[in-house]
Amino acid sequence: MDITALLLSRIQFAFTITFHIIFPSFTIGLAAWLTVLEALSFATGRPVYRGIFEFWLKIFGVAFGMGVVSGIVMAFQFGTNWSVLSRMSGPIQGPLLMYETFWAFMLEASFFGVLIFGRSRVPPWFYLFSTAMVALGTTFSAFFIMANNSWMQVPTGYVLENGVFAPNDWTKILFNSVVWSRFPHMLLAAYLTGAFCVAATGAWYMLRKIYHAEARIMLRMGLGLAAVLMPIQLFFGHLNGIYVNTYQPSKMAAIEGRWNDEQPGSEVLFAWPDVKNRRNLFAITLPSPFGSLIDSDSLTAKETGLNSIPPENWPPVVIPFFAFRLMVGCGLLMLGLAWFGSYLSYRHRLAYNRPLLWLTFLSFPLPFVAIITGWFTAEVGRQPWVVYGVLRTADAMTPFLTARQATISLVIFCAVYAFIFLFGTFYIYRLIRTGPARKQFGVPHLAVPNRPMSLADEELIEEPSHLVAGE
Amino acid sequence: MVMFWVSLLAISVLLYVLLDGVDLGVGLLFGLARGDARRGAMLSSVAPIWDGNETWLVVTAVILWGAFPIVYANLLSAFYLPLIAMLLGLILRGVAFEFRYKTQRLRWIWDLSFAGGSLIATFIQGLTVGALVEGLPFTNGQYSGGEVGWLTPFAVLCGIGLCLGYALLGACWLIRKCEGEVRDVARRQIPVLAVGVLAFLVIVFAYALAENLPILQRWIDRPYLFVFPAIGAISATVLALSILNHNDYLPFHMVALIFMSAFGTLALSFWPYMIPSVITVDQAAAPQSSLVFMFWGCGAIVFPLMLIYTLVSYSVFRGKVRPGGRYGH
Ligand code: HDD
Ligand code: HEM
Ligand code: HEM
Repeated sequence: MDITALLLSRIQFAFTITFHIIFPSFTIGLAAWLTVLEALSFATGRPVYRGIFEFWLKIFGVAFGMGVVSGIVMAFQFGTNWSVLSRMSGPIQGPLLMYETFWAFMLEASFFGVLIFGRSRVPPWFYLFSTAMVALGTTFSAFFIMANNSWMQVPTGYVLENGVFAPNDWTKILFNSVVWSRFPHMLLAAYLTGAFCVAATGAWYMLRKIYHAEARIMLRMGLGLAAVLMPIQLFFGHLNGIYVNTYQPSKMAAIEGRWNDEQPGSEVLFAWPDVKNRRNLFAITLPSPFGSLIDSDSLTAKETGLNSIPPENWPPVVIPFFAFRLMVGCGLLMLGLAWFGSYLSYRHRLAYNRPLLWLTFLSFPLPFVAIITGWFTAEVGRQPWVVYGVLRTADAMTPFLTARQATISLVIFCAVYAFIFLFGTFYIYRLIRTGPARKQFGVPHLAVPNRPMSLADEELIEEPSHLVAGE
Repeated sequence: MVMFWVSLLAISVLLYVLLDGVDLGVGLLFGLARGDARRGAMLSSVAPIWDGNETWLVVTAVILWGAFPIVYANLLSAFYLPLIAMLLGLILRGVAFEFRYKTQRLRWIWDLSFAGGSLIATFIQGLTVGALVEGLPFTNGQYSGGEVGWLTPFAVLCGIGLCLGYALLGACWLIRKCEGEVRDVARRQIPVLAVGVLAFLVIVFAYALAENLPILQRWIDRPYLFVFPAIGAISATVLALSILNHNDYLPFHMVALIFMSAFGTLALSFWPYMIPSVITVDQAAAPQSSLVFMFWGCGAIVFPLMLIYTLVSYSVFRGKVRPGGRYGH
């Protein structure tokens, strides 16, 4: 077994899934928001909602397409790099991935066709229904993926026989408190992503003094939604912390930078963990019992420190420690921005407050950063286990994978992804810059249900001048 | 339950080969075509279907993982480098479809990605099947061939053979879907490709005889297998006649039949093994509780719905593609 092949495989998995998650987190939120817009347009009949809907539908198409393309790789990587894991956990993870693929395929593919072609062919209520079904499809995807990953975090409902994890209770696997705190956390994260991207776009138009009516709606709805969802997100984040504390003490100790057992625990706000000497440098700490209060909802609970866990079971401490703080930091920033912005917009003063418009415009990376760092907390904090407490990452790898093979694949993944990511983001940027032109757009040349990205074709073909300027 | 999932797996693989074979084949021919108008017409003939076709590959992968995890784990890791190359080929081809129309100056990049991606993906699919037929090196149920244990002359030959085969499928699709120059060129390509495929089959057979591959033994044991080559031969004859008669519709169906009979031949000569002479279907199957869970949630209702959906989208897209993007009837 080659240690570098293992490291390279881990980097490769992290890289490809980080790339992948960018797109689903955007589209899950956007799909739900499109449903709201369509419902509003259905209820009020105001054309402005329709215009915004059609505009965001195109962006949805491009992002969705990139999500599918990058997701296909994920379905194969379990087998290529983690063959021991996929052999052992296939009876549980395989069916869960199958549910994701089958259900998403059915709901999304069929109803996306209606979204593209159906406006003039189906009754308005059915069009609304189809939008909701696409949103439901992305939600199902998210649920089954979260159930899948949660099983790896806290394995339940299985027996180990003949070296494989044989499921013996699917209800435990699907309906346990871990899944039902992590799935809402992820879903809300995706909604927040949608909300902030929409608000940032509105702020951008506002600053450029174009599309005033649309921009106002985008800003108000985006910030307002975020203002409501953010506190709920904090609550589910807290529930996540409780589950981690209950089932994964090593991850919790790393997140909290806690070296010694404490009863009741204190809370490290900020520090530089010095792993070699098992201490924190530059620590800013809230005294006990704040740590127990936050981690266990208790004034007296005992909190485990890394020193009482054998070092071979430690995760890399620094990454979860900082990733967690970044996530929470982004969350608090978003909370402040959403509340203050919504207050101003309620007082009708937002449009004149240029600094806040700039802040809102620049805030769109925050949810993406929070999502990626959140996943880094969860996944790196789970190390050295791939199935927590049962199967080590090092034992899960394809035993005959060589460092050379892993290097080759990692390098070409990076190259190809960088290449298509650049183009994809550039096309999304161009769509957003162009904005919601106030005309009814026809079905583009060759647009079809199975090709979400084709929705964006028409306008771009008509504008070769941008192209030359942009490239 | 095991039989149910084997059948679903077989249907998915067959659908993948037939459906994605078409657009990969068109991608191969695209590399040979000159002129934007011709290329545009070729793309239009597969643009609405390629993405749905590719989904069957994902479906195949998840059925393998859920229902036959050992096979999934062994095959995917044994074919590490070729599989990754295939995935990247498919990605490049997929984004090329979308991005090509969004640029004029850089169009050549996407044209290259489209043809190149199709070539890589096709070649590797053929190579994989070839290596499986020949038998991968396994010791104690684990792959032991190293980085390039799959790289044999026979496997390469199969890779080339599948390129010819998909190109033939693609050419037949083009004469069915297109008109004018594209159709005429495709019609001229078909005899060449068909002869190529035939030559390939003869070489494979000769090679198998010379090497006495284990698969051949099974043929001697099960003479009823010869039904499939017979169907193939009949289809080939009809194909030749229909080309001579300038029929636009029959050739595609005949080539599809040839592919089906080749698939049937392969599948039945593997049986009961999934990885020949290493792992049988029964050894590979996941525990009953997994199979049942998937049966109710995916296999029993969702899978048929997916088939229906595929049928409907093909029937919406029937008839010739007209220039300007309107589909005729
Ligand atoms: C269903 C399973 C699953 C899901 C939904 C995710 N992961 Fe994961 N992740 C794995 C299954 C997995 C894995 C197969 O289990 C890996 C490979 C090696 C390992 O230890 O776990 C892994 C490793 C892994 C690593 C490397 C950790 C290390 O080796 O130190 C990172 C940074 C991430 N993942 C990040 C993510 C992100 C950003 C995700 C967002 C979607 C994500 N993971 C979702
Ligand atoms: C390791 C984990 C993951 C794997 C193996 C995976 C696999 C896939 C695959 C194969 C697709 C393409 C499906 C298709 O062809 O239609 C896809 C797309 C998608 N994934 Fe993931 N994914 C992973 C992580 C995630 C996560 C964490 C989320 C969200 C919470 C997510 C949500 C989605 C969504 C919304 C799509 C696009 C819609 C669709 O399913 O087609 N995925 N994923
Ligand atoms: C300040 C409040 C927050 C707290 C206390 C919190 C808490 C947590 C905890 C403890 C985890 C690790 C769970 C695990 O290891 O499985 C986590 C993961 C995660 N967080 Fe947060 N979080 C907060 C805010 C946010 C925000 C604002 C976002 C995104 C917009 C976000 C997105 C995520 C994601 C995507 C994950 C990984 C998925 C998961 O494990 O559920 N979090 N969060």
